[in-house]
Amino acid sequence: MSSTQTLQAKISTKNMNFYYGKFHALKDINIDIPANKVTAFIGPSGCGKSTLLRTFNRMYELYPKQRVEGNILLDGKDIHSSEQDLNLLRAKVGMVFQKPTPFPMSIYDNVAFGVKLYENLSRFEMDDRVEWALQKAAIWNEVKDKLNQSGSGLSGGQQQRLCIARGVAVKPNVLLLDEPCSALDPISTARIEDLIHELKNEYTIVMVTHNMQQAARVSDYTAYMYLGELIEYGDTDTIFTRPSRKETEDYITGKFG
Amino acid sequence: MSQLNNKRYLKRKIINSLALSISVVTVLFALSFLVWILWTLFSQGLSHLTLDVFTKMTPPPGSSGGLLNAIVGSFQMVLFATLIGTPVGILAGTYLAEYGRSGWLAPTTRFINDILLSAPSIVIGLFVYEVAVNTVGHFSGWAGSLALSLIVIPVVVRTTENMMTLVPSTLREAAAALGAPYWKVIVNVVYRSAKTGIMTGLLLAVARISGETAPLLFTALNNQFWNSDMSKPISSLAVVIFQFAMSPYKDWQHLAWAGALLITLFVLGLNILARSVFRSNQSQS
Repeated sequence: MSSTQTLQAKISTKNMNFYYGKFHALKDINIDIPANKVTAFIGPSGCGKSTLLRTFNRMYELYPKQRVEGNILLDGKDIHSSEQDLNLLRAKVGMVFQKPTPFPMSIYDNVAFGVKLYENLSRFEMDDRVEWALQKAAIWNEVKDKLNQSGSGLSGGQQQRLCIARGVAVKPNVLLLDEPCSALDPISTARIEDLIHELKNEYTIVMVTHNMQQAARVSDYTAYMYLGELIEYGDTDTIFTRPSRKETEDYITGKFG
Repeated sequence: MSQLNNKRYLKRKIINSLALSISVVTVLFALSFLVWILWTLFSQGLSHLTLDVFTKMTPPPGSSGGLLNAIVGSFQMVLFATLIGTPVGILAGTYLAEYGRSGWLAPTTRFINDILLSAPSIVIGLFVYEVAVNTVGHFSGWAGSLALSLIVIPVVVRTTENMMTLVPSTLREAAAALGAPYWKVIVNVVYRSAKTGIMTGLLLAVARISGETAPLLFTALNNQFWNSDMSKPISSLAVVIFQFAMSPYKDWQHLAWAGALLITLFVLGLNILARSVFRSNQSQS
């Protein structure tokens, strides 16, 4: 824990509990996510990794009967306070999902959609922004000649990079990645991992992954969760080489999970 | 090798061919009636489908005429019924699909809508007669449109809700995750995805009402003469067919056949349009 405390925390949770109806899904979570680093959540299915991720942009509020107790702070401010506008929060905390979700519109419009919500750009500036975002997501060269075609015509890996471009285009502070590579082949996965390396200079990245090698490869900090509890959290090297908790070691070495 | 002599296998093969032939026979049975209906319509109606039908008014018995006033009347009433029914149906369907996850209002609406969907159209006609004819004191095209729109609404509500719930929730989440307010999520993402399905439902609803007779009988009534004023009784193809086909006059009966063929062709055209719209858009995505 000591190593993370010295860094500036972008997101912190304080005694946070989460419920799906009566089911207590997250138990007393206290975590500080450092700015401009990659933090990975690992753990067996159903342990609450995605649930935790989805509290950071209040995505769970789309559904009735899901609720949070305790505090979540973004840059030290409570995201549930009445001063925090929900849509502005989501514009600041972007999210990429497990399955690629291109909108039923052109590639250009997919990227421009989020930008148009909060910025009034000229046609020229918008062109620049779209190109910039597609460059960032390392997909510009593949789509620059077909920006007016439907986004759903791309391959799965391209669609996922398009979704990352869409998330980057609105210039968020934080990017939440919910198993972004689980539907992709190894080559697309490698490209997205490279991309995460690039992006962490400017964004705070939090990712959920089922793939422990991936967590070891791309993340700076790793959190191991089990049954809704945060078992261990620290810098990735320590977690993978000298975990302090027996449960973490069992999971990482494959004895369990 | 032993499989061919296997008794169980032989039995299964026999049952299979038996079941297959029965289903083929029933398909042919159902299809033969459709072909029969179309054949009768064409053989009786085609020779009377002359230019006069589109240019002259409904005639008094014994003289020549056409169906122009009925065609225009039908068109007007269907148009206004669609204009009333579409926004109501789409908005109600949107409520059910997007906001109706909890509470009692949505399930109740859904239940009542299902009843309305299967309500006999003559009941709807009687209702509108009581509400919009009896109170005003005379029959009118508006009352006819109202009755037809009450048939459109449940169909559109149902298809809109079904098509919108087919849109995966991950797409809504993805739009919301960019900071889009929920109404923008619905308008820019959900409607776009469900567009072709909703359009198809709408076209099928229009096809359905263009042949309805019962709700028009005591709302719009009929009109022998040219009238485009919706606040007066107005003629419609369906009612004219009903009246002319029941009459003892040969030339009226001929006009009824021509009208019946006309409606059938229109409905057929709408169905083909609905299908082709749906198909071309599906292959695109």
